[in-house]
Amino acid sequence: MFRRLERHGAAERRIVTIDFEDEKIAARRGDTVAAALLAAGVDCFRTSAVSGSERGAYCLMGICFECLVEIDGAGNQQACLRLVRDGMRVARQDGAVALDPAKPPGGAAA
Amino acid sequence: MGTRTADIIIVGGGLAGPAIGYGAARRGLSVIVLDEGDVAFRAARANFGLVWFQGKGLGMPSYVEWTLEASRRWPDFAADLEEETGICVAYRNDGGLHLCLGDEALAARRRHIGQIGMQVKPGEYDVGFLDRSEVQGALPAVRLGDRLVGASFSRRDGDCNPLRLMRALHDGILRHGGAYRPAHKVLDLSHRGGTWTAHTANGVFETPRIVLAAGLGLADLTAKAGLHVPVVAERGQILVTERARPMFPIPMSGIRQTAEGTIMLGVTNEHVGHDDTTTTSAMHAIARAAVTAFPELARLRLVRAWAGLRVLTPDKYPIYAASENPPGAYAVISHSGVTLASVNATRLVSWIVDGERPALFTSFRPDRFHVQAA
Repeated sequence: MFRRLERHGAAERRIVTIDFEDEKIAARRGDTVAAALLAAGVDCFRTSAVSGSERGAYCLMGICFECLVEIDGAGNQQACLRLVRDGMRVARQDGAVALDPAKPPGGAAA
Repeated sequence: MGTRTADIIIVGGGLAGPAIGYGAARRGLSVIVLDEGDVAFRAARANFGLVWFQGKGLGMPSYVEWTLEASRRWPDFAADLEEETGICVAYRNDGGLHLCLGDEALAARRRHIGQIGMQVKPGEYDVGFLDRSEVQGALPAVRLGDRLVGASFSRRDGDCNPLRLMRALHDGILRHGGAYRPAHKVLDLSHRGGTWTAHTANGVFETPRIVLAAGLGLADLTAKAGLHVPVVAERGQILVTERARPMFPIPMSGIRQTAEGTIMLGVTNEHVGHDDTTTTSAMHAIARAAVTAFPELARLRLVRAWAGLRVLTPDKYPIYAASENPPGAYAVISHSGVTLASVNATRLVSWIVDGERPALFTSFRPDRFHVQAA
């Protein structure tokens, strides 16, 4: 559904690889996480904490909070405001964040 | 701007005033609530939301009794309010904890609870203590910080959504035919022939009974009603986290998770006059205490911080005052607008409407602050 606009030297930007739900996704340096996921054909970023229904990126400018994902273990991250980084681990945000006592603290540093 | 009349006029649209107004409107009286505007200090909009019993009333046995009655009346009060307005105030009544960080804090809490217990009849003060493993049993979804050695527990404690409570009280008044008038700060008060007249910028109102429940806005008004009521402001600050899955099934004295999932962290007691701004030092202290109790909270982001001014008296206990000559004016100051809403809507209304003054109100008269010449 979404495709990249191959203009302004975008094709020359370095390829970085992120991990989404244990699959490798190729992105371009300077992409937001939301742009990288949309370009890879992902449209469910999270499930609603209220109804459980699937949600995806909408405003792409930090306002609507529809694009929340988990990044490197920290929940409720706005995918449209974070830039991809090689090796970044991204997962769907399943409802509200859970604080799993088994996980070490400190993951929230954005 | 014609004159409006009502059986009872309430000055103050926060929690104490509307609770009385709701109770009076249910009784079939015509009610008008006169409120200021958003320039008011609005203690009712900064509330933590506890419906709390344990730990209150040291040195004032009547307040233990009053709070006990309030907690007993809360389940019916919340049920009636929801039935009449359709607004669920998210009342929980599964008990509450006061956490103790360190042995010294636990020992101090034991002394404090023990002293209050000695003020009331044996066996009537059901506040107990949990050791660390029992606290973990009450909060199975969270890891306890190393310094959390125990807690006091009362099954009478609980919480609610204080903003929904305020909305439900307002709605209840309207449904029973009452009126709410915002932007009607009362500028002057006069009395003639059994009628009190409240002068506002937007009209004049007349009533045989006027209840002054305007929080920090009371000082000027009460003198005009012949009541001498000292009001003290105390700042409290609160932090709020992003929404998380349910992890705290019961409220604690400074930490509670709302029905929507946010976790509220409190709280400070500061004497800074009418300064209701937040400070980074207080936010730091609140956050540190919270992660000391529950280290995983460090992984949640904070989304809001606010400060509010509690409405207190010099000894922190309520004042319920009735004017004598002329009669018909009442002043109500009580910090615990949430906890006491259930008795404010019932017992206070019986006092004002029927003259049934609860015996324990002797303890809540303002003349306890009048210093005699030595």
